[in-house]
Amino acid sequence: MKNFEFLQPLSAADAVAAWTPDAAYLGGGTNLVDLMKTGAMGPDRVIDITRLPDLDRIETTEDGGLRIGALVRNSDLARDPDLLRAAPMVAEALLAGASGQLRNAATVGGNLMQHTRCPYFMDADAACNRRVPGSGCDARGGAWENSAILGQSAACIATNPSDFCVPLAALGALVDVEGPSGGRTVALEAFHKLPGDTPEAETALEPGELVVALRLPAEAASFAGHSRYLKVRERTSYAFALVSAAAALRMDGGRITEGRLALGSVAARPWRIAEADALLAGAMPDDALFARVAERLLEGAEPSNDTGWKIDLARRTVIRALQMAAAGTPDRLPPLPASPFGPSEVAVHA
Amino acid sequence: MPLSIRLTLNGTPRDIALDDPRVTLLDLLRERLALPGTKKGCDRGQCGACTVLVNGRRVNSCLALAATLDGAEVTTIEGLAQQDDLHPVQAAFIENDGFQCGYCTPGQIMSAVGLILEGEAGDDPERIREGMSGNLCRCAAYHGITRAVQEATRRMDNQRQGDAA
Repeated sequence: MKNFEFLQPLSAADAVAAWTPDAAYLGGGTNLVDLMKTGAMGPDRVIDITRLPDLDRIETTEDGGLRIGALVRNSDLARDPDLLRAAPMVAEALLAGASGQLRNAATVGGNLMQHTRCPYFMDADAACNRRVPGSGCDARGGAWENSAILGQSAACIATNPSDFCVPLAALGALVDVEGPSGGRTVALEAFHKLPGDTPEAETALEPGELVVALRLPAEAASFAGHSRYLKVRERTSYAFALVSAAAALRMDGGRITEGRLALGSVAARPWRIAEADALLAGAMPDDALFARVAERLLEGAEPSNDTGWKIDLARRTVIRALQMAAAGTPDRLPPLPASPFGPSEVAVHA
Repeated sequence: MPLSIRLTLNGTPRDIALDDPRVTLLDLLRERLALPGTKKGCDRGQCGACTVLVNGRRVNSCLALAATLDGAEVTTIEGLAQQDDLHPVQAAFIENDGFQCGYCTPGQIMSAVGLILEGEAGDDPERIREGMSGNLCRCAAYHGITRAVQEATRRMDNQRQGDAA
């Protein structure tokens, strides 16, 4: 690991003031420290933000929404009674991610800031336009079979690996940031950028800006009774998604009044299409409708490398997630959160 | 820049001077504090062999920079037993064949202690397997591990009820 100067500011203002173009903010460290070990990242200055005050709180806002500090640990948020009430599928997504140990360390802000798990991004010796602009893309035509099917470019076929951000995008979450020119708010849906010609610009943050909180609007709770996160992966637990889907429905007398969908691990950001959501409004839930919605959400999907199978998998995952959401949110999260398998289907070693 | 941190390590306060901010908690324990019970497997947060408790919560010590931990309480495998009395999780791993080669075992045990403290898995084998998925065992002693965690959970519950009565 390259050596660095280590700073521990005690206020957000001091943290932002300490930032330089070769600095990195350190939260739980579960992604950054790993990338520093592989050499993919080598900041000259590490700014430990875990001592900043008041960023580890979850508060109800005046309008009835939730404001979640950037330093709240994933495991604490997943157990928070207010989050479980307002947005159970966000808790389900959190618990479907990583391991118990990693969730205890990983923070809300760090989850938003995590980098792609493209193996060529993580390998300091590989060409990667996202890590070193203009160096090329070894992933394209390389040995990565979980690359993007939507929104990719000639320069980059990376996906965003977050589970957490998928239901957050569907529920219209907002991100509060502090920076050298003050504070501002960015919609989570616009927080992660598609690669285009500048894949190195991973997020909408300006240089030096620091995520300080996440906000969930009050209306998110209107979907709580019919919302599920479904994650398909290569093993039952502790793996990044091949494809995931967040489906949230507002129902009235068996009819859908509003629907929200987001797909994960298919693009460099959670994938949402307003026209697909619109097909759900006012409709009765049935499989033919869900298939049309999936088609619209996946319009324009194209394989990168050999990822044609992800298009079929994504279509089926959307349909299944919508079926599960229509059936209603369970009272208690299942033993295997977000899994397509129920306990009876996998309890072979009990 | 010289850094110094204070840890409560297995119950004992320790003032530790760090000459390098890159030192992870794992390397601090093994290489500088003569506590090699915590194991280095992948060193990248993927295998769980380095699991310890920080402030009562299980974490991967390979991904925690020691310099960030000033003031923390750290419990390692060396801090579980009370003299010759094994911790209930240690005893249950022995009684249920929860290991073969033993390399992942300190991490498995610390993770199990953390999982039981979290209090959500109970003795449901499905929830235990899911809760322990951050600890890999290349000998595949998973069946024994799950039974050991079930048994330790029950024993610790009984102990707590006994203490309360």
